[in-house]
Amino acid sequence: MSAVPDSARAVLKAAEAPDSRKAVAGFLAQVTRDAAFQLEACVHCGQCADACHFYLVTRDPRYTPIHKLRPMVKAYQRERAPFSALKKRLGLAPPEVTAEELTEWSELLYDSCNLCGRCTLVCPMGIDIAGMVRRAREGMVAGGFAPADLYQAAQRALDTGSPIGVGWPALRRQIELQEQETGLKVPVDVEGADYLVVLSSMEIIGFAEIIGALARIFHHAGVSWTLPSSGFEATNIGVQMGSRDVAAALLERIVAAAERLKVKYVISPECGHAYSALRWEGPNLLGRPYPFKVVQIVELLDQLAKEGRLRTRGKDTRRLTFHDPCQIVRRGGLPQAPRRLMNQVSGGFVEMPDRGVANFCCGGGGGVSAIHRAEKLRFSAFECKKRQVEATGAEALVTTCANCRNVLEEAIEQDGMSLPVLGLTELVAQYLEPDPVQVLPATNA
Amino acid sequence: MTVLGLVEGPLWYTAATVFVVGALWRIGGMLALPARVELSEPRASATAGAVRSILQHSLPRPAFVRQTAFHVVAGYLFHLGLFAFLLFGAPHIAFIKERILGFGWAPMPRWAFIVTAEIAFLGLALLWLRRLLDPVLVRISDADDRAGLWLTCLVMLTGCFALQETDESLRILHMLSVEAWLVYFPFSRLMHAVLFLFSRGYTGAAYGRRGIAL
Repeated sequence: MSAVPDSARAVLKAAEAPDSRKAVAGFLAQVTRDAAFQLEACVHCGQCADACHFYLVTRDPRYTPIHKLRPMVKAYQRERAPFSALKKRLGLAPPEVTAEELTEWSELLYDSCNLCGRCTLVCPMGIDIAGMVRRAREGMVAGGFAPADLYQAAQRALDTGSPIGVGWPALRRQIELQEQETGLKVPVDVEGADYLVVLSSMEIIGFAEIIGALARIFHHAGVSWTLPSSGFEATNIGVQMGSRDVAAALLERIVAAAERLKVKYVISPECGHAYSALRWEGPNLLGRPYPFKVVQIVELLDQLAKEGRLRTRGKDTRRLTFHDPCQIVRRGGLPQAPRRLMNQVSGGFVEMPDRGVANFCCGGGGGVSAIHRAEKLRFSAFECKKRQVEATGAEALVTTCANCRNVLEEAIEQDGMSLPVLGLTELVAQYLEPDPVQVLPATNA
Repeated sequence: MTVLGLVEGPLWYTAATVFVVGALWRIGGMLALPARVELSEPRASATAGAVRSILQHSLPRPAFVRQTAFHVVAGYLFHLGLFAFLLFGAPHIAFIKERILGFGWAPMPRWAFIVTAEIAFLGLALLWLRRLLDPVLVRISDADDRAGLWLTCLVMLTGCFALQETDESLRILHMLSVEAWLVYFPFSRLMHAVLFLFSRGYTGAAYGRRGIAL
């Protein structure tokens, strides 16, 4: 495990002594030009509430997305906005942000926001509320007001490489099991491979079949790939909790692995926030472009299919529907690739109402599934997803994010429903065209 | 100098200066902040995303038509009515020609002025009702929202009186309320009239480079 920068450790110490001034400084540090316009533009129309599953199921106005940004807006208007000095002098500036306020807003900025971005679709001013919540969380973390569960997860990620403490021995064991299962060798630390596969801890522990599925698909398609023995974990708790320092420290491990193994591509796994962290935020967090390209696994499978290298035979005949992971579809830009793959392997693919970019979140994204106190609210929010799924009459739900999958399975069980949740990569692997039988040349007896 | 001369002379130019300088100062203050540096490899054009977003957020998405119908209809009634009588009302065109641009254009008939004003009033009243009654808006509204709404209402109301052209004091009252509105504009949420281009544009650019039409 690579050394942890002091800046990342210092972030975690903030929880020991919450300080509203540090939080305000953290908010203000996030106010770039584009953010200022986002913070200034709201007309308080409240339409964002109609897009948020937390508001829709509770009808509690506190869960109005733009309201969640109130402490950051106040800090900005008091300290940084144009005319703030004049307004302060005239007694017209908002009051200082207090520790009590931030403690109250911890629930609004974390427990009740998945960073799903559905609210941006409906906002007439086009405000990227999820993006701003992501930035506000930087202030909350710096001030020590993020949920304790997230500080602990970040500590584990920095110490062990995984937010749930999954180390190399656990992954090695899963690799061995998958090698036995598939009869294929899983390449580890192969220098000069084209593709580096990184995984989420949830995949390693909960859905390890993904490793076998990848082995089969890549063997079938002739893809040169490898797993790293260090820097293999892609879930980025730093991005979820709102700490650039933690996020950068975790990303640096993947980048180090990719550079060590001299790969051309890093494959972002079936994990929405991993994709967001690795593909979009990563270079900004590290302050430099990558020497490799990042490709989401669904994007790669779609590309292989287009090139004729991913040949399948037969289709799943059940009625299947697809859950769009927010960070891969709405905020990741990949709405069509999973659908093309679904149509390739499913004979009964049905879309949900409001599919694609307008789909509802599973309820557990943005670190919410890691916050114990948010569990009840998360299960309530599932109601929106449940209605969507039930409208399809689907016999199974397919997705391409291990966290969504886990959250959905938990909520389905909690709700007393009976609905299998499948991973898209595994589903594709299941319908791969069998390898041609090797015909040995005839020998004369 | 007569009261009308004062109101349409020095006071008008003072209010107009505060309006223009204040708005530019506010936008300039935000533009002076450091820009966000994007180092990730774009999938598509940020500029195209910005343009698309500016246009796209003018209309409700299919997924939200039912939930947002009231606000969208009320908002369009108010804004369309407002811009129609503001830009095509005969007294406004005459004022713009005399005091601002030096040229004018064909005005709408008087009956159309009255109809568009009524449409705008209806929209404003619906928006006001929603702000009063919807629990979400009650929670998130502040003094600025109320001040902007009432000031706009006052300008429109005094404008209706002034339209009668029966008494000079009614024109003075309208001009004073317009000047108060202009002075308040740069410091308030009324600035959304300009800021929407930036907020939609920045979001559209950020998502556009990811290949997303948000």
